[in-house]
Amino acid sequence: MKALLAVIHRDLLIAMRRKAEVLTALFFFVIVTSLFPLGIGPEPALLRKIAPGVLWVGALLATMLGLQRMFAADYADGTLEQMALSPQPLALLVAGKNVAHWLVCGLPLVVLAPVLGLQFGLDGQSLAVLTLGLLIGTPVLSLVGSVGAALTLGVRGGGALLSLLVLPLYVPTLIFGAGAVEAQQSGMGASGHLSLLAALLALAAFFAPWATTTAIRIALE
Amino acid sequence: MLRAEGLSCRRGDRELFAGVDLRVEPGQWTHVRGANGAGKTSLLRILAGLAQPDSGEVRWNDSPIAQDRAAWNTDLLYLGHHAAIKDELTPIENLRAASELEGHTLTDEQALRALRRFGLKGREDLPVRFLSAGQRRRVLLARTMTRPAVAWILDEPLTALDSSAIEDFSSLVADHLSRGGLAVVTSHQALPLAGGQELVL
Amino acid sequence: MKPLDFHWFRFASPATFYPLAGRMIPLFWLLAAVFGVAGLWVSFFVAPTDATQGEGYRIIFVHVPASWMSMFIYIMMATWAGIGLAFNTRLAGMMAQALAPTGALMALLSLWTGALWGKPMWGTWWVWDARLTSELVLLFLYLGFIALQAAIDEPRRADKAGAVLALVGVVNVPIIYFSVKWWNTLHQGASVSLTRAPAMAQAMLWGMLLMALCFWMYSIAMALTRVRAIILEREATHDWTHGLEEVMA
Repeated sequence: MKALLAVIHRDLLIAMRRKAEVLTALFFFVIVTSLFPLGIGPEPALLRKIAPGVLWVGALLATMLGLQRMFAADYADGTLEQMALSPQPLALLVAGKNVAHWLVCGLPLVVLAPVLGLQFGLDGQSLAVLTLGLLIGTPVLSLVGSVGAALTLGVRGGGALLSLLVLPLYVPTLIFGAGAVEAQQSGMGASGHLSLLAALLALAAFFAPWATTTAIRIALE
Repeated sequence: MLRAEGLSCRRGDRELFAGVDLRVEPGQWTHVRGANGAGKTSLLRILAGLAQPDSGEVRWNDSPIAQDRAAWNTDLLYLGHHAAIKDELTPIENLRAASELEGHTLTDEQALRALRRFGLKGREDLPVRFLSAGQRRRVLLARTMTRPAVAWILDEPLTALDSSAIEDFSSLVADHLSRGGLAVVTSHQALPLAGGQELVL
Repeated sequence: MKPLDFHWFRFASPATFYPLAGRMIPLFWLLAAVFGVAGLWVSFFVAPTDATQGEGYRIIFVHVPASWMSMFIYIMMATWAGIGLAFNTRLAGMMAQALAPTGALMALLSLWTGALWGKPMWGTWWVWDARLTSELVLLFLYLGFIALQAAIDEPRRADKAGAVLALVGVVNVPIIYFSVKWWNTLHQGASVSLTRAPAMAQAMLWGMLLMALCFWMYSIAMALTRVRAIILEREATHDWTHGLEEVMA
């Protein structure tokens, strides 16, 4: 447990000292979602309709931008190797890195989303569903993405390849997350979608650390 | 006691080495030598448990390391090619983080003592990226003091060290051996250390 | 020779599997041809004209078997990859690598025939039907697998990394299908079932079954051919490959 907290503390410390890296993904989220109204037109009804999809896809893409930094730096400077040689279980340390990544890349998206949602004219309840959905969904994106990040460590064409690997796996999260907001908007209630998102989170929390740990050991061989 | 039997390793098309046997008792050290690309690093990584050999097995105190990884990891200190320190953190933060990742806590005192032993006095509060390559290696070597481990596996530990640092380091290894530790070392330079076996790949 | 004496694991070595595969391939091509001819005959001449869709529906005799095969091959690929990862064997990983392109082809065929069906039937090339959409995602999973293996130079690492990806994908495929179906049923008006045939005539069923068998035999033949090529490539430095005809030429 101490080791888990130590990993999180370490990664957060590093992120604080490399703020620029962290903020780029956030700015990307803001810019990308702002581009859509510019491209599609300012008609309010249309914007409200596309908002869930646009915001969720924006969050997806912003998360993907940040995935590379999860393990790449540690791999390059040898600290990942040392983690694999720690008496503490590697899966525990990996979980710590996932949490740290989410705190740095995912949580800010959750906080920003309602503000961006206002741009699209979403009402209060929809904004709440959007935020809650992202709160549950962004950890899934971090967990599943970490498998892709670990598999592509030190591999040519890392970034683009990572996107190809990870985007298909993101589809269910996108569908349920955006769907929740749409359900709320159409009056059907979002509880079904949100519970499915929660189920995805449980599944990801169960499977992803194993897969990521295996992928890291493969990359270190 | 560290023992390896019949280790072989292939990388892609090439067979790097085969039928390698190794036996290191407490108080002994083995110098692994060979030309560049002969597989020294691969051998050390296999001994450390980072890579799987294509055949053969490594045993620590008579049990295969693959079966009880945590036990081997507790007794092992592996220093590879990379400095294994984070540029953004100071030397003290690095040593503390490395310890906590292994489940120990390191006091500031202990960390400072280790750093000073390696001549890093006055540099403890700068992020490591402001240090020279030699100083970075010394932060890494400081880990040997903050991490009690019986088995040391060191890959080119003398890289980027000047002659006084090399002497320092050698006396450190000698201390370690006299306390019942063991070591497997690769090095292009000669290590001024008595009583080593040689393994040539 | 007592049956129990037969050591199946003998064939886990690429050197012994290579000639065995070589002998099996013509057999599978033959079976594929036989089932193919039978299936096509049933599809075109025996199965009756559909009441609502006319003759155009006959494309399902390619579309449905292709879909089945694309999913079946993915499961086989993940199984072989998993075996290779768990037991650290080379041949299992090679089998997975050999299956991937055929699986991707089946997925592509399924999507393409689905589109060809969609145009005359519903006036549009693409439909966000639950099955088509998850088939598209399946195609991306295949492409991801192939791309990952292509990007990693060291073959053993490529095998193992691919295995992790394939296994993660296998867990995901049912989830993806379910999520898309859920999404689809909530978007009224976009849901068209491509295989909705209220009471499928016996002959139609037979047609699809025979075509499925044809595709299956074809897939096995292709996979075996490909795995032989992969074996030659990877084992090029081993002595047993040097005397072979194919290599000497």
